[in-house]
Amino acid sequence: MTLTSETYKSFILALAELFEEQKDNLCELDRKIGDGDHGVTMNIGYQAVKDTIHNELQAQNDIAKISVAVGKSFLDAVGSSVGPLYASGYLKAAVAVKNKTELNDTYLYQFWIAFSKGIKARGKAEIGDKTMIDTLEPFYLSLESSKSQNINFKEAFALALLEAKKGMESTKDIVSNKGRSKRLGYRSQGHVDPGAMSAYLMLNTFKSYV
Amino acid sequence: MKKMINNPDNVIDELMAGYLIAYPEYIKRSNLHQRALIGKKRHPNRKVSVLIGGGSGHEPAFIGYVGQGMADGVAIGNIFASPSPIPIQAVTREIHDSHGVLYIYGNYAGDLMNFEMASEMTEVEDDIETAVVIGNDDVASAKEIEERRGIAGELLVYKAAGAAADFGYDLEEVRRIAQLANDHTRSMGIGLSPCYLPQTGKPSFDLEDNEMEIGLGHHGEPGIEKTTIRTAQETVQVIMKNILKEGLYQPDDEVVVLVNGLGATSQMELYIINKEVDAILSENNIKTYKSYVGNFITSMEMGGFSVTLMKLDETLKSCIDHPVDCPNFKEV
Repeated sequence: MTLTSETYKSFILALAELFEEQKDNLCELDRKIGDGDHGVTMNIGYQAVKDTIHNELQAQNDIAKISVAVGKSFLDAVGSSVGPLYASGYLKAAVAVKNKTELNDTYLYQFWIAFSKGIKARGKAEIGDKTMIDTLEPFYLSLESSKSQNINFKEAFALALLEAKKGMESTKDIVSNKGRSKRLGYRSQGHVDPGAMSAYLMLNTFKSYV
Repeated sequence: MKKMINNPDNVIDELMAGYLIAYPEYIKRSNLHQRALIGKKRHPNRKVSVLIGGGSGHEPAFIGYVGQGMADGVAIGNIFASPSPIPIQAVTREIHDSHGVLYIYGNYAGDLMNFEMASEMTEVEDDIETAVVIGNDDVASAKEIEERRGIAGELLVYKAAGAAADFGYDLEEVRRIAQLANDHTRSMGIGLSPCYLPQTGKPSFDLEDNEMEIGLGHHGEPGIEKTTIRTAQETVQVIMKNILKEGLYQPDDEVVVLVNGLGATSQMELYIINKEVDAILSENNIKTYKSYVGNFITSMEMGGFSVTLMKLDETLKSCIDHPVDCPNFKEV
Protein backbone atom coordinates (compact mmCIF):
# COMPACT_ATOMS: atom_id res chain seq x y z
CA MET A 1 0.00 0.00 0.00
CA THR A 2 0.98 3.66 -0.31
CA LEU A 3 0.15 6.54 2.00
CA THR A 4 0.22 9.95 0.32
CA SER A 5 0.92 13.20 2.13
CA GLU A 6 -2.72 14.22 1.62
CA THR A 7 -3.93 11.00 3.25
CA TYR A 8 -1.43 11.53 6.07
CA LYS A 9 -2.87 15.01 6.65
CA SER A 10 -6.42 13.60 6.63
CA PHE A 11 -5.35 11.07 9.27
CA ILE A 12 -4.00 13.86 11.49
CA LEU A 13 -7.22 15.85 11.01
CA ALA A 14 -9.20 12.72 11.91
CA LEU A 15 -7.22 12.63 15.18
CA ALA A 16 -8.31 16.21 15.87
CA GLU A 17 -11.90 15.10 15.42
CA LEU A 18 -11.36 11.96 17.51
CA PHE A 19 -9.93 13.80 20.51
CA GLU A 20 -12.59 16.49 20.40
CA GLU A 21 -15.17 13.72 20.55
CA GLN A 22 -13.36 11.69 23.23
CA LYS A 23 -12.46 14.67 25.44
CA ASP A 24 -14.96 13.94 28.20
CA ASN A 25 -14.48 10.16 28.19
CA LEU A 26 -10.72 10.50 28.57
CA CYS A 27 -11.09 13.11 31.33
CA GLU A 28 -13.44 10.80 33.20
CA LEU A 29 -10.88 7.97 33.01
CA ASP A 30 -8.15 10.36 34.18
CA ARG A 31 -10.24 11.62 37.07
CA LYS A 32 -10.21 8.09 38.48
CA ILE A 33 -6.44 7.97 38.69
CA GLY A 34 -5.01 11.43 37.99
CA ASP A 35 -6.02 15.04 37.82
CA GLY A 36 -8.77 14.56 35.28
CA ASP A 37 -7.42 16.59 32.38
CA HIS A 38 -6.08 14.06 29.89
CA GLY A 39 -8.94 14.52 27.42
CA VAL A 40 -8.64 18.30 27.63
CA THR A 41 -4.91 18.10 27.02
CA MET A 42 -5.18 15.84 23.98
CA ASN A 43 -7.92 18.05 22.56
CA ILE A 44 -5.93 21.28 23.08
CA GLY A 45 -2.97 19.64 21.33
CA TYR A 46 -4.84 18.36 18.28
CA GLN A 47 -6.86 21.55 17.87
CA ALA A 48 -3.52 23.40 17.59
CA VAL A 49 -2.31 20.73 15.15
CA LYS A 50 -5.46 21.17 13.08
CA ASP A 51 -4.76 24.91 12.80
CA THR A 52 -1.18 24.19 11.75
CA ILE A 53 -2.36 21.78 9.02
CA HIS A 54 -4.86 24.32 7.69
CA ASN A 55 -2.63 27.38 7.97
CA GLU A 56 0.95 26.28 7.41
CA LEU A 57 0.91 22.88 5.77
CA GLN A 58 -1.59 23.35 2.92
CA ALA A 59 1.13 23.17 0.27
CA GLN A 60 3.52 20.90 2.16
CA ASN A 61 3.76 17.36 0.76
CA ASP A 62 6.91 16.18 2.53
CA ILE A 63 5.59 13.75 5.15
CA ALA A 64 8.64 14.19 7.38
CA LYS A 65 8.23 17.97 7.40
CA ILE A 66 4.51 17.64 8.10
CA SER A 67 5.34 15.32 10.97
CA VAL A 68 7.87 17.74 12.50
CA ALA A 69 5.37 20.61 12.28
CA VAL A 70 2.63 18.46 13.83
CA GLY A 71 4.90 17.39 16.69
CA LYS A 72 6.09 20.92 17.40
CA SER A 73 2.66 22.48 17.38
CA PHE A 74 1.30 19.72 19.64
CA LEU A 75 4.22 20.25 22.04
CA ASP A 76 3.88 24.01 22.15
CA ALA A 77 0.15 23.85 22.76
CA VAL A 78 0.13 21.30 25.57
CA GLY A 79 3.45 20.99 27.39
CA SER A 80 2.31 18.59 30.14
CA SER A 81 3.77 15.10 29.87
CA VAL A 82 1.98 14.06 26.69
CA GLY A 83 3.48 17.07 24.85
CA PRO A 84 7.12 15.92 24.93
CA LEU A 85 6.03 12.29 24.51
CA TYR A 86 3.97 12.67 21.33
CA ALA A 87 6.32 15.35 19.98
CA SER A 88 9.20 12.90 20.33
CA GLY A 89 7.10 10.30 18.49
CA TYR A 90 6.39 12.62 15.55
CA LEU A 91 10.00 13.87 15.39
CA LYS A 92 11.53 10.38 15.42
CA ALA A 93 8.99 9.21 12.83
CA ALA A 94 9.96 12.19 10.67
CA VAL A 95 13.62 11.20 10.81
CA ALA A 96 12.67 7.68 9.70
CA VAL A 97 10.83 8.94 6.58
CA LYS A 98 13.04 11.92 5.68
CA ASN A 99 12.24 13.55 2.31
CA LYS A 100 9.37 11.17 1.59
CA THR A 101 6.21 12.49 -0.05
CA GLU A 102 4.55 9.09 0.17
CA LEU A 103 5.10 6.02 2.30
CA ASN A 104 5.21 2.48 0.92
CA ASP A 105 5.08 -0.61 3.14
CA THR A 106 8.75 -0.32 4.12
CA TYR A 107 8.41 3.30 5.21
CA LEU A 108 5.08 2.74 6.93
CA TYR A 109 6.77 0.11 9.06
CA GLN A 110 9.65 2.52 9.77
CA PHE A 111 7.30 5.40 10.53
CA TRP A 112 5.25 3.58 13.16
CA ILE A 113 8.16 1.75 14.76
CA ALA A 114 10.17 4.99 15.06
CA PHE A 115 7.09 6.85 16.33
CA SER A 116 6.48 4.34 19.13
CA LYS A 117 10.13 3.98 20.05
CA GLY A 118 10.57 7.77 20.12
CA ILE A 119 7.87 7.98 22.79
CA LYS A 120 9.36 5.13 24.76
CA ALA A 121 12.83 6.72 24.73
CA ARG A 122 11.49 10.06 25.98
CA GLY A 123 9.28 8.67 28.75
CA LYS A 124 11.54 5.82 29.81
CA ALA A 125 8.50 3.77 30.83
CA GLU A 126 8.37 -0.02 30.67
CA ILE A 127 5.52 -2.42 29.97
CA GLY A 128 3.57 -2.78 33.20
CA ASP A 129 4.08 0.81 34.39
CA LYS A 130 0.45 1.60 33.44
CA THR A 131 1.21 4.18 30.73
CA MET A 132 0.75 4.61 26.98
CA ILE A 133 3.78 2.32 26.58
CA ASP A 134 1.52 -0.61 27.53
CA THR A 135 -0.27 0.12 24.24
CA LEU A 136 2.68 1.22 22.12
CA GLU A 137 5.36 -1.32 22.96
CA PRO A 138 3.31 -4.46 22.14
CA PHE A 139 2.25 -2.57 18.99
CA TYR A 140 5.78 -1.92 17.72
CA LEU A 141 7.09 -5.31 18.84
CA SER A 142 4.37 -6.91 16.76
CA LEU A 143 5.25 -4.67 13.78
CA GLU A 144 8.92 -5.59 14.10
CA SER A 145 8.10 -9.27 14.18
CA SER A 146 5.81 -9.02 11.11
CA LYS A 147 8.44 -6.99 9.29
CA SER A 148 11.05 -9.70 9.82
CA GLN A 149 8.58 -12.20 8.31
CA ASN A 150 7.95 -9.93 5.29
CA ILE A 151 4.24 -9.68 6.04
CA ASN A 152 2.54 -6.85 4.10
CA PHE A 153 1.91 -3.71 6.15
CA LYS A 154 -1.88 -3.83 6.03
CA GLU A 155 -1.94 -7.27 7.60
CA ALA A 156 0.87 -6.39 10.00
CA PHE A 157 -0.95 -3.27 11.17
CA ALA A 158 -4.11 -5.23 11.92
CA LEU A 159 -2.10 -7.74 13.97
CA ALA A 160 -0.22 -4.97 15.80
CA LEU A 161 -3.47 -3.17 16.58
CA LEU A 162 -4.78 -6.30 18.30
CA GLU A 163 -1.64 -6.39 20.45
CA ALA A 164 -2.04 -2.66 21.20
CA LYS A 165 -5.61 -3.29 22.33
CA LYS A 166 -4.58 -6.15 24.60
CA GLY A 167 -1.87 -3.94 26.06
CA MET A 168 -4.28 -1.09 26.64
CA GLU A 169 -6.78 -3.40 28.34
CA SER A 170 -4.04 -4.90 30.52
CA THR A 171 -3.54 -1.52 32.23
CA LYS A 172 -6.82 -2.05 34.04
CA ASP A 173 -5.24 -4.59 36.37
CA ILE A 174 -1.94 -2.80 36.84
CA VAL A 175 -0.96 -0.73 39.84
CA SER A 176 0.40 2.51 38.42
CA ASN A 177 4.17 2.89 38.40
CA LYS A 178 4.80 6.12 36.45
CA GLY A 179 3.59 9.69 36.21
CA ARG A 180 1.19 11.34 38.59
CA SER A 181 -1.00 8.28 39.06
CA LYS A 182 1.98 6.43 40.53
CA ARG A 183 1.28 8.17 43.81
CA LEU A 184 -2.04 6.32 43.97
CA GLY A 185 -0.55 2.89 44.41
CA TYR A 186 -3.24 0.23 44.67
CA ARG A 187 -6.02 2.77 44.34
CA SER A 188 -5.12 3.07 40.64
CA GLN A 189 -6.05 -0.57 40.09
CA GLY A 190 -9.29 -1.34 38.26
CA HIS A 191 -9.09 1.55 35.79
CA VAL A 192 -7.66 1.63 32.26
CA ASP A 193 -4.84 4.14 32.00
CA PRO A 194 -6.13 7.16 30.03
CA GLY A 195 -2.78 7.56 28.23
CA ALA A 196 -2.87 3.92 27.15
CA MET A 197 -6.45 4.44 25.97
CA SER A 198 -5.74 7.57 23.92
CA ALA A 199 -2.69 5.92 22.30
CA TYR A 200 -4.91 2.98 21.31
CA LEU A 201 -7.63 5.28 19.95
CA MET A 202 -5.01 7.06 17.83
CA LEU A 203 -3.70 3.79 16.35
CA ASN A 204 -7.23 2.52 15.82
CA THR A 205 -7.98 5.67 13.80
CA PHE A 206 -5.11 4.88 11.44
CA LYS A 207 -6.82 1.55 10.63
CA SER A 208 -9.09 3.22 8.07
CA TYR A 209 -6.04 4.62 6.28
CA VAL A 210 -4.26 1.31 5.61
CA MET B 1 -19.18 24.28 39.19
CA LYS B 2 -19.50 28.01 39.76
CA LYS B 3 -16.66 29.99 38.23
CA MET B 4 -16.48 33.57 37.10
CA ILE B 5 -14.79 33.03 33.75
CA ASN B 6 -15.48 33.54 30.06
CA ASN B 7 -14.66 30.83 27.53
CA PRO B 8 -12.90 28.01 29.45
CA ASP B 9 -10.43 27.69 26.55
CA ASN B 10 -9.21 31.25 27.16
CA VAL B 11 -8.65 31.07 30.91
CA ILE B 12 -4.83 31.14 30.76
CA ASP B 13 -4.52 33.95 28.23
CA GLU B 14 -7.08 36.04 30.10
CA LEU B 15 -5.55 35.58 33.55
CA MET B 16 -2.16 36.55 32.12
CA ALA B 17 -3.67 39.63 30.49
CA GLY B 18 -5.26 40.71 33.78
CA TYR B 19 -2.03 40.17 35.68
CA LEU B 20 -0.03 42.21 33.18
CA ILE B 21 -2.54 45.06 33.47
CA ALA B 22 -2.32 44.94 37.27
CA TYR B 23 1.47 44.90 37.61
CA PRO B 24 3.08 46.63 34.62
CA GLU B 25 5.98 47.85 36.78
CA TYR B 26 6.88 44.27 37.70
CA ILE B 27 6.46 42.19 34.58
CA LYS B 28 6.12 42.16 30.81
CA ARG B 29 5.37 39.62 28.12
CA SER B 30 8.26 38.38 26.00
CA ASN B 31 8.08 39.08 22.28
CA LEU B 32 9.44 35.58 21.73
CA HIS B 33 6.45 33.68 23.13
CA GLN B 34 2.95 34.40 24.38
CA ARG B 35 3.46 32.23 27.50
CA ALA B 36 6.84 33.68 28.47
CA LEU B 37 6.86 36.50 31.06
CA ILE B 38 9.89 38.52 32.07
CA GLY B 39 10.49 40.46 35.30
CA LYS B 40 11.36 44.14 35.24
CA LYS B 41 13.01 44.47 38.66
CA ARG B 42 16.45 42.99 39.02
CA HIS B 43 19.00 43.54 41.77
CA PRO B 44 22.09 45.31 40.36
CA ASN B 45 24.42 42.68 41.88
CA ARG B 46 22.57 39.73 40.40
CA LYS B 47 24.53 37.71 37.83
CA VAL B 48 22.69 34.39 37.63
CA SER B 49 19.08 34.45 36.45
CA VAL B 50 16.32 32.38 38.05
CA LEU B 51 13.57 30.83 35.93
CA ILE B 52 10.46 29.29 37.46
CA GLY B 53 7.42 27.72 35.89
CA GLY B 54 4.67 25.20 36.03
CA GLY B 55 1.03 24.71 35.30
CA SER B 56 -1.60 27.40 35.80
CA GLY B 57 -4.33 27.16 38.43
CA HIS B 58 -1.88 27.73 41.31
CA GLU B 59 -2.15 31.54 41.31
CA PRO B 60 -0.55 33.62 42.62
CA ALA B 61 2.07 30.97 41.74
CA PHE B 62 4.04 30.83 39.66
CA ILE B 63 3.53 34.15 37.90
CA GLY B 64 3.42 36.06 41.20
CA TYR B 65 6.95 35.15 42.23
CA VAL B 66 8.68 37.06 39.48
CA GLY B 67 10.05 40.16 41.12
CA GLN B 68 12.99 41.64 42.94
CA GLY B 69 14.75 39.07 45.12
CA MET B 70 12.83 36.18 43.55
CA ALA B 71 12.59 34.90 39.94
CA ASP B 72 13.58 36.76 36.76
CA GLY B 73 11.05 35.09 34.53
CA VAL B 74 8.29 32.49 34.35
CA ALA B 75 7.04 30.03 31.75
CA ILE B 76 3.28 29.48 31.97
CA GLY B 77 1.59 26.13 31.33
CA ASN B 78 -2.04 25.15 30.86
CA ILE B 79 -4.14 24.30 33.91
CA PHE B 80 -2.08 21.87 36.03
CA ALA B 81 0.14 21.08 33.03
CA SER B 82 3.82 21.85 32.57
CA PRO B 83 4.72 24.61 30.11
CA SER B 84 6.23 23.33 26.88
CA PRO B 85 9.98 23.74 26.23
CA ILE B 86 9.30 26.55 23.75
CA PRO B 87 8.24 29.26 26.28
CA ILE B 88 10.87 27.96 28.72
CA GLN B 89 13.53 28.50 26.05
CA ALA B 90 12.08 31.95 25.29
CA VAL B 91 12.28 33.00 28.95
CA THR B 92 15.82 31.61 29.20
CA ARG B 93 16.95 33.68 26.22
CA GLU B 94 15.37 36.84 27.64
CA ILE B 95 16.61 36.65 31.23
CA HIS B 96 20.13 35.27 30.91
CA ASP B 97 22.89 37.74 31.61
CA SER B 98 25.84 35.60 30.45
CA HIS B 99 26.15 33.94 33.88
CA GLY B 100 23.71 31.10 33.34
CA VAL B 101 20.12 30.36 34.31
CA LEU B 102 18.81 28.28 37.22
CA TYR B 103 15.57 26.37 36.56
CA ILE B 104 13.39 25.60 39.58
CA TYR B 105 10.31 23.42 39.17
CA GLY B 106 8.40 20.69 40.93
CA ASN B 107 9.03 16.98 40.65
CA TYR B 108 6.37 15.94 38.13
CA ALA B 109 6.81 13.76 35.04
CA GLY B 110 5.63 16.54 32.70
CA ASP B 111 7.80 19.29 34.16
CA LEU B 112 10.84 17.01 34.11
CA MET B 113 10.45 16.22 30.40
CA ASN B 114 9.64 19.77 29.26
CA PHE B 115 12.38 21.46 31.30
CA GLU B 116 14.90 18.80 30.24
CA MET B 117 14.02 19.40 26.58
CA ALA B 118 14.25 23.17 27.10
CA SER B 119 17.65 22.88 28.69
CA GLU B 120 18.90 20.62 25.84
CA MET B 121 17.53 23.13 23.30
CA THR B 122 19.09 26.22 24.94
CA GLU B 123 22.46 24.61 25.47
CA VAL B 124 22.67 23.65 21.80
CA GLU B 125 20.91 26.57 20.11
CA ASP B 126 21.73 29.47 22.43
CA ASP B 127 24.88 28.32 24.24
CA ILE B 128 23.34 29.25 27.60
CA GLU B 129 24.38 27.25 30.63
CA THR B 130 21.50 26.02 32.80
CA ALA B 131 21.31 24.31 36.18
CA VAL B 132 18.35 22.71 37.88
CA VAL B 133 16.77 22.35 41.30
CA ILE B 134 13.70 20.13 41.51
CA GLY B 135 11.25 20.67 44.38
CA ASN B 136 10.28 17.47 46.20
CA ASP B 137 9.10 18.53 49.65
CA ASP B 138 5.86 16.50 49.97
CA VAL B 139 6.51 13.74 52.50
CA ALA B 140 3.13 12.10 51.83
CA SER B 141 3.74 11.47 48.13
CA ALA B 142 6.41 8.75 48.31
CA LYS B 143 8.78 7.06 50.67
CA GLU B 144 11.85 7.67 48.51
CA ILE B 145 12.82 11.35 48.64
CA GLU B 146 13.70 11.62 44.94
CA GLU B 147 10.25 10.31 44.00
CA ARG B 148 8.35 12.89 46.03
CA ARG B 149 6.39 15.66 44.34
CA GLY B 150 6.97 19.34 44.99
CA ILE B 151 4.29 21.41 46.72
CA ALA B 152 4.32 24.68 48.70
CA GLY B 153 7.94 24.31 49.83
CA GLU B 154 9.01 25.54 46.41
CA LEU B 155 8.21 29.09 47.54
CA LEU B 156 11.05 28.91 50.08
CA VAL B 157 13.38 27.47 47.44
CA TYR B 158 12.59 30.45 45.17
CA LYS B 159 13.38 32.79 48.05
CA ALA B 160 16.72 31.11 48.77
CA ALA B 161 17.68 31.03 45.09
CA GLY B 162 16.63 34.64 44.56
CA ALA B 163 18.62 35.85 47.56
CA ALA B 164 21.70 33.85 46.52
CA ALA B 165 21.45 35.33 43.02
CA ASP B 166 21.14 38.85 44.50
CA PHE B 167 24.28 38.21 46.56
CA GLY B 168 26.11 37.98 43.22
CA TYR B 169 27.03 34.29 43.50
CA ASP B 170 27.80 32.19 40.42
CA LEU B 171 25.51 29.54 38.94
CA GLU B 172 26.95 26.61 40.87
CA GLU B 173 26.69 28.46 44.19
CA VAL B 174 23.14 29.65 43.55
CA ARG B 175 22.18 26.10 42.60
CA ARG B 176 23.88 24.70 45.70
CA ILE B 177 22.02 27.09 48.03
CA ALA B 178 18.66 26.47 46.32
CA GLN B 179 19.25 22.72 46.56
CA LEU B 180 20.18 23.12 50.25
CA ALA B 181 16.91 25.01 50.82
CA ASN B 182 15.01 22.20 49.09
CA ASP B 183 16.83 19.49 51.07
CA HIS B 184 16.00 21.26 54.35
CA THR B 185 12.31 21.54 53.48
CA ARG B 186 9.42 19.14 54.11
CA SER B 187 5.69 19.63 53.59
CA MET B 188 2.43 17.80 53.91
CA GLY B 189 -1.08 18.76 52.85
CA ILE B 190 -4.72 18.08 53.65
CA GLY B 191 -7.65 18.26 51.21
CA LEU B 192 -11.11 19.31 52.34
CA SER B 193 -12.92 19.98 49.06
CA PRO B 194 -12.02 19.62 45.37
CA CYS B 195 -11.30 22.19 42.72
CA TYR B 196 -13.06 22.13 39.34
CA LEU B 197 -11.19 22.07 36.06
CA PRO B 198 -12.56 24.94 33.94
CA GLN B 199 -12.72 22.82 30.80
CA THR B 200 -14.52 19.82 32.25
CA GLY B 201 -16.47 21.36 35.13
CA LYS B 202 -15.73 18.19 37.08
CA PRO B 203 -14.38 18.06 40.64
CA SER B 204 -10.73 17.03 40.86
CA PHE B 205 -11.59 14.32 43.41
CA ASP B 206 -14.57 12.97 45.29
CA LEU B 207 -14.85 13.50 49.02
CA GLU B 208 -17.87 13.19 51.32
CA ASP B 209 -18.95 16.25 53.34
CA ASN B 210 -17.52 14.81 56.54
CA GLU B 211 -14.25 13.58 55.02
CA MET B 212 -10.76 14.90 54.46
CA GLU B 213 -7.87 13.54 52.44
CA ILE B 214 -4.58 13.31 54.32
CA GLY B 215 -1.49 13.88 52.20
CA LEU B 216 -3.36 15.39 49.25
CA GLY B 217 -1.27 16.72 46.36
CA HIS B 218 -1.49 20.13 44.73
CA HIS B 219 -3.49 18.86 41.78
CA GLY B 220 -5.92 16.81 43.82
CA GLU B 221 -3.75 13.70 43.71
CA PRO B 222 -4.94 11.34 46.41
CA GLY B 223 -2.82 11.19 49.52
CA ILE B 224 -2.32 8.53 52.15
CA GLU B 225 -5.89 8.07 53.32
CA LYS B 226 -9.38 9.50 53.55
CA THR B 227 -10.62 10.00 57.10
CA THR B 228 -13.47 11.79 58.81
CA ILE B 229 -12.70 15.44 59.37
CA ARG B 230 -11.07 16.38 62.67
CA THR B 231 -10.24 19.60 64.53
CA ALA B 232 -7.40 21.85 63.42
CA GLN B 233 -5.39 20.69 66.41
CA GLU B 234 -5.83 16.97 65.65
CA THR B 235 -5.22 17.47 61.94
CA VAL B 236 -2.04 19.47 62.46
CA GLN B 237 -0.85 16.79 64.88
CA VAL B 238 -1.13 14.19 62.10
CA ILE B 239 0.74 16.42 59.65
CA MET B 240 3.48 17.37 62.11
CA LYS B 241 3.95 13.78 63.19
CA ASN B 242 4.63 12.82 59.57
CA ILE B 243 6.98 15.77 58.97
CA LEU B 244 8.92 15.37 62.23
CA LYS B 245 9.22 11.61 61.66
CA GLU B 246 11.65 12.49 58.86
CA GLY B 247 14.25 13.19 61.56
CA LEU B 248 15.41 16.37 59.88
CA TYR B 249 14.25 18.77 62.61
CA GLN B 250 15.95 18.48 66.00
CA PRO B 251 15.61 20.28 69.36
CA ASP B 252 17.18 23.77 69.27
CA ASP B 253 16.81 23.99 65.48
CA GLU B 254 15.34 27.13 63.99
CA VAL B 255 12.77 26.70 61.23
CA VAL B 256 10.72 28.74 58.80
CA VAL B 257 7.04 27.73 58.87
CA LEU B 258 4.88 28.08 55.78
CA VAL B 259 1.13 27.50 56.19
CA ASN B 260 -0.22 27.50 52.66
CA GLY B 261 -3.90 27.62 51.79
CA LEU B 262 -5.08 25.80 48.66
CA GLY B 263 -7.59 28.47 47.69
CA ALA B 264 -10.88 27.95 49.54
CA THR B 265 -9.61 27.66 53.09
CA SER B 266 -9.90 31.01 54.84
CA GLN B 267 -7.08 33.08 56.24
CA MET B 268 -8.85 32.71 59.59
CA GLU B 269 -8.38 28.95 59.49
CA LEU B 270 -4.78 29.30 58.31
CA TYR B 271 -3.92 31.42 61.38
CA ILE B 272 -5.47 28.79 63.65
CA ILE B 273 -3.38 26.15 61.88
CA ASN B 274 -0.27 28.27 62.33
CA LYS B 275 -0.89 28.46 66.08
CA GLU B 276 -1.20 24.66 66.24
CA VAL B 277 2.01 24.21 64.27
CA ASP B 278 3.87 26.53 66.61
CA ALA B 279 2.54 24.70 69.68
CA ILE B 280 3.92 21.39 68.41
CA LEU B 281 7.24 22.97 67.48
CA SER B 282 7.51 24.43 71.01
CA GLU B 283 6.80 21.02 72.54
CA ASN B 284 9.71 19.71 70.51
CA ASN B 285 11.98 22.65 71.43
CA ILE B 286 12.14 23.78 67.81
CA LYS B 287 12.12 27.53 67.36
CA THR B 288 9.96 29.29 64.76
CA TYR B 289 12.26 31.86 63.18
CA LYS B 290 9.57 33.17 60.90
CA SER B 291 6.17 32.06 59.66
CA TYR B 292 4.43 32.75 56.39
CA VAL B 293 0.66 32.28 56.44
CA GLY B 294 -1.44 32.69 53.32
CA ASN B 295 -2.57 31.43 49.93
CA PHE B 296 0.82 31.27 48.19
CA ILE B 297 0.51 28.25 45.89
CA THR B 298 -3.13 27.32 45.42
CA SER B 299 -5.17 24.81 43.46
CA MET B 300 -7.91 27.13 42.21
CA GLU B 301 -10.86 26.80 44.64
CA MET B 302 -9.62 23.68 46.39
CA GLY B 303 -10.23 23.55 50.14
CA GLY B 304 -7.32 22.49 52.28
CA PHE B 305 -3.83 23.54 53.22
CA SER B 306 -0.29 22.36 53.66
CA VAL B 307 2.32 22.88 56.34
CA THR B 308 5.97 23.32 55.36
CA LEU B 309 9.04 23.49 57.56
CA MET B 310 12.46 24.62 56.41
CA LYS B 311 15.39 24.10 58.75
CA LEU B 312 17.71 27.10 58.84
CA ASP B 313 21.46 27.34 58.89
CA GLU B 314 23.42 30.61 58.64
CA THR B 315 23.28 30.58 54.81
CA LEU B 316 19.55 29.98 54.59
CA LYS B 317 18.87 32.50 57.36
CA SER B 318 20.64 35.19 55.36
CA CYS B 319 18.50 34.23 52.36
CA ILE B 320 15.27 34.38 54.36
CA ASP B 321 16.29 37.80 55.76
CA HIS B 322 16.94 39.18 52.27
CA PRO B 323 14.18 41.55 51.09
CA VAL B 324 11.82 40.59 48.26
CA ASP B 325 9.40 42.64 46.24
CA CYS B 326 6.83 40.72 44.23
CA PRO B 327 3.20 41.79 43.69
CA ASN B 328 1.86 39.23 46.18
CA PHE B 329 4.94 38.68 48.29
CA LYS B 330 6.72 41.68 49.73
CA GLU B 331 9.20 41.75 52.57
CA VAL B 332 11.28 44.83 53.15
